[in-house]
This record gives sequence, structure tokens and C-alpha cells, in this order.
Amino acid sequence: MDSFIVISLIKTLVVFAVLMTTLAYLQWVERKVIAHIQVRPGPYRVGPHGLLQPLADIIKLLTKEDLLPPYVNKPLYLLAPFLAITMALLSISVIPFGPEIQVAGYKTYMQLTDLNIGVLFVLAVSSMGVYGIALAGWSSNNKYALLGGLRSSAQMISYELPMSLAIAAPLLISNTLSLRGLVEKQAGGIWNWNVLHGPFPQIFSFIIFLIAAFAETNRVPFDLPEAENELVAGFHTEYSSMKFASFFMAEYANMITVSCMATLLFLGGWVAPWPAEYGSSFVPAVIFAFAGVVALYHGFHPARRRDGYTLPVFGVLFLIAAGVFLLPLVQSWLIPLFWFCAKTGGILFGFMWIRGTLPRFRYDQLMGFTWKFLFPVAMLNLLVTGFLVALGS
Amino acid sequence: MDVILFLVFAIIAVVCAINVVVQTHPISSAISLVGVMGSLAVLYLLLGAEFLAAAQVIVYAGAIMVLFVFVIMLLNAGEEAKKGRSFTAQLLGLPLLVSFLGLMAYFVQRLFPQSTLVHFGGFTGGGAAQIGHALFTTFLLPFEVTSVLILIAILGAIVLARKEMD
Repeated sequence: MDSFIVISLIKTLVVFAVLMTTLAYLQWVERKVIAHIQVRPGPYRVGPHGLLQPLADIIKLLTKEDLLPPYVNKPLYLLAPFLAITMALLSISVIPFGPEIQVAGYKTYMQLTDLNIGVLFVLAVSSMGVYGIALAGWSSNNKYALLGGLRSSAQMISYELPMSLAIAAPLLISNTLSLRGLVEKQAGGIWNWNVLHGPFPQIFSFIIFLIAAFAETNRVPFDLPEAENELVAGFHTEYSSMKFASFFMAEYANMITVSCMATLLFLGGWVAPWPAEYGSSFVPAVIFAFAGVVALYHGFHPARRRDGYTLPVFGVLFLIAAGVFLLPLVQSWLIPLFWFCAKTGGILFGFMWIRGTLPRFRYDQLMGFTWKFLFPVAMLNLLVTGFLVALGS
Repeated sequence: MDVILFLVFAIIAVVCAINVVVQTHPISSAISLVGVMGSLAVLYLLLGAEFLAAAQVIVYAGAIMVLFVFVIMLLNAGEEAKKGRSFTAQLLGLPLLVSFLGLMAYFVQRLFPQSTLVHFGGFTGGGAAQIGHALFTTFLLPFEVTSVLILIAILGAIVLARKEMD
């Protein structure tokens, strides 16, 4: 019992620290990705390749003046950012990152807690996240903020329907609501993942889920609640300092959550694309070694002056990482973690790619798209899946 | 532990429920109602009905109350003016409340005389599989009738909205 509490505390601390770092650096990655899409270097001044930029941003946000406008509804104005960030961080507690592992004689799962209604928990928590944005918009007592909050709540209610229907279809195949159970059902290889497996491959629900996820997290091309050319900054117009940062962090935490959910529901979680006996456990080492060699090559043929010092360091670090992946001692938990992070990271990259390339929808297009197209398609997909599962059983 | 959690969330639920009535602004009332729904969900969870708890949060707190808040925000409903209570309300309010609660306690005692105390976690039929099984076998007719009822309500709302437009 005592060891359970200690292990849970340690796991919570580790997950919290990793999540917070990821949140800070996701911002850096996004700026870099969009910058390279637009053929410019992106953050480059603070630290090598702008790697200390997140730290600078945090210091800036913490030391900014915390304004409290006199015309706001004070209790709800203060409650809203708190609600948004709490609900965004809460759902990470049921996400499994890997299988059961053994650390210093204790067996534990790479997951904070496994609920037998894990999928429903994530849905419930994310549906509560709407309040943060809606209340922020309303309590600011500002027409732009109010319009942003209204747009956001209407959009999130509308896209929750196709999203829930898209989640229900793979659940019919896997026959469980526990997130760990979902992954265990998809074990074996890429042909067992829900996106390709089953009586009816869930490729349509995967796409519907991703589209709805973009709308649920208020990302481009569905970022109407903060459309800057119409609404200044939307629901967080009146917020500054750490309260603004809470909304910002909530958006990124929600992105991570939906990417994790897509990975777990459709892409087999931490399962490798093909079994280890055909050499899938060497893939991470090969990828890191390749990245290291590329970095070393560009370090010795630098395009910019400073690259001559920084890229060889990165190259050596990547080669060390490749070596670590070959150690049998850590392979049992590092390789599942690698696959999980690779899949989630791939989806997160998709978020950034689309932000860099697509324009914003018009509001009536946004609503018409979900009610007239996405919702019927999700319904049809669920019906066909249910019918085929019933026939097969 | 269970009893402490029960007391905490039961008190939160009651305080939020009173707050719904006391608050003068519709948004504050709606948020208090969300608090009631949330603490009720925790109570369900304590009793072992985890599916019901999740459904409570998703459907009531996450969907219906969001729509309430949305409509209040859209119509820009203002703060209500507090009026002085009428003489009859002042005179009869408290005695009526006490007698109502007494009657409730009496009927609960009469209807379930030999029911024992509730044991936290003693109930195991709250999973998704059991609920689904119960809905599609024992309670199939009420379930289907309820869905038709809701459909009729939606149709009624559309008819009413149409009339406004003409």
C-alpha cells in the first residue's frame, strides 16, 4: 500500500515534469516548423537554434503585469483560465504511454491510472473544458471576447458529436473502454491496428476524429474563436500574463491529449508496426543514428557560421541516443515509449503542417461542414461498423 | 475515506443547489448547476456506477449545461432585480420546507422499510457492459419510448421556431 502511494507520487511527478517541458517545447517546435514551411529560420537568437526560447517566453509571461480590467465579472474572469488549464491537464492522467515495466523490483504500468471507462473519462473532461473558454469570453465584458466565446462553445458542441461517433466505432471492434485494454487488443503489428484491422477498417473514423480534433482544440483551419482579423484575440482578448499563458498552455495540452487519443484508438498506442522478431526494435536506433550522421555532415559543411559548432554536438547526442536504444536493460520500456511518442509526434506535426498551409474557414462553412457532412458520415460509418461486427460475432 | 468523500461532495452539491436559487445572475446560477451535476457524478462514482458518472458529466454538465450557458450568453440575459419577499412567503416558507422534508423522509421510510445501509463499492453492475445489457433487454421499451419522446420534443421546438420566422 505504501509503495503504491510512493510509486504513484513519483509517476505523477515524472509525468507532470515531462508534460510541462513538452508543452513549452511544443511551442518552439511549432514556430520552427511553420518558419521552415514559410522559408525563414524561425527562433534563432536565444540559445543555439533558439532552444532556450521557451525559457525566455516563460520568464516574459511570468514577469508581465497582471491586468485586471475594472469592467469584468471578477469571480468568473478569474475562474475561467483555471478551469481551462485544469481540464486540459486532467485527461493526461489516464493516457497509457507504455506496457507494464519493472523498476527496482516494483512492477508498474507506464500510466498514472487505468480506468475501465478511460475513453469516457477523457470525453467528459474535454467536454468540461468548453466552460473555460465560454466563461472567459462572457466574463470579460467585451464584444470581441463574447463573440469568441460564443463561437467556441457552438463549435465545440457541434464537433463533439462526430468526434464521439468516430470514437464509438473502434470501441465496437475492440470491445473495451479501458485505454490500456484498447492497446492490448491492437497488439501484434500494423495489420492489427484499428485503423486497418477488423471487419471494417476504421480509416474513415480516424479521419473524422482528426478533423473534429482540430475543431475541438480551436486550431487552424477552425480557429474562428480567435480569428485575429475579426475578433482581435477572441476569448482571451482581456487576459494578460499567466492567465493568458494558462489558455495558451491549455490549447497545447489539448492538442497533446487528442493526439494521444488518436494514437491509442486508431494507431495501436505503443505497439510497434511489426513484431520485434522481424527487427522492429532496431528502428529507433537506426533513425537516431541516421539523424546523427546527417547532423554531423551538415556540421562539417555548415550553411551558417554557427552551425559549425552546434550541429556536431547534436549529431553526437543523436548517436548516443541511438546507442541507448540498443542497450537491452532499457529496451523493454524505451522502445514502446519511442513508438508512442513517434505516433503522437507525427499527429502533432500534422497539426503544425496544416496550420502552416491552410487558410481559415468561414463561420457558416464551419457549421455546415460538421452538421451536413461530418455528422452523417460518422453515423454511417458507425452503422456499417456495428453491422459488420454483429455479423462477425 | 468513502464517507469523507461522500460528505464533501454531498455538501458541495447541496451548497451549489442553494446557490442556483440564490444567485441573481443567470450565468452564475447555470455554473452552480454545473457544480451540482459534477458532484452528483462523483457520488455515482462512489457508489460504483462509473458509467453513469461519466454519462452524467458528458451529457448533463458537458452538453446540456453548455447549451444553457450558450443561450444565456447569446440572449445577453441581464441580472435579475431582487424583490422583497411577500408576507405569505415569509410566514409560510420555513414551516412548509420543514414539513416537506419530513414528509419525504417519512415516505422513504415507508416505501423501503427493510433496506439496509448503502455500502460504498458494494454495487458492481455499473460498468458499460451491464448498463448496455440492461438497457437493451430489461428496459428496452422505456428506453425506446424515451428516445421517441425526445424526438417529439425536438420536432416541437422546430415547429415553434418556424412559426416565429413567418
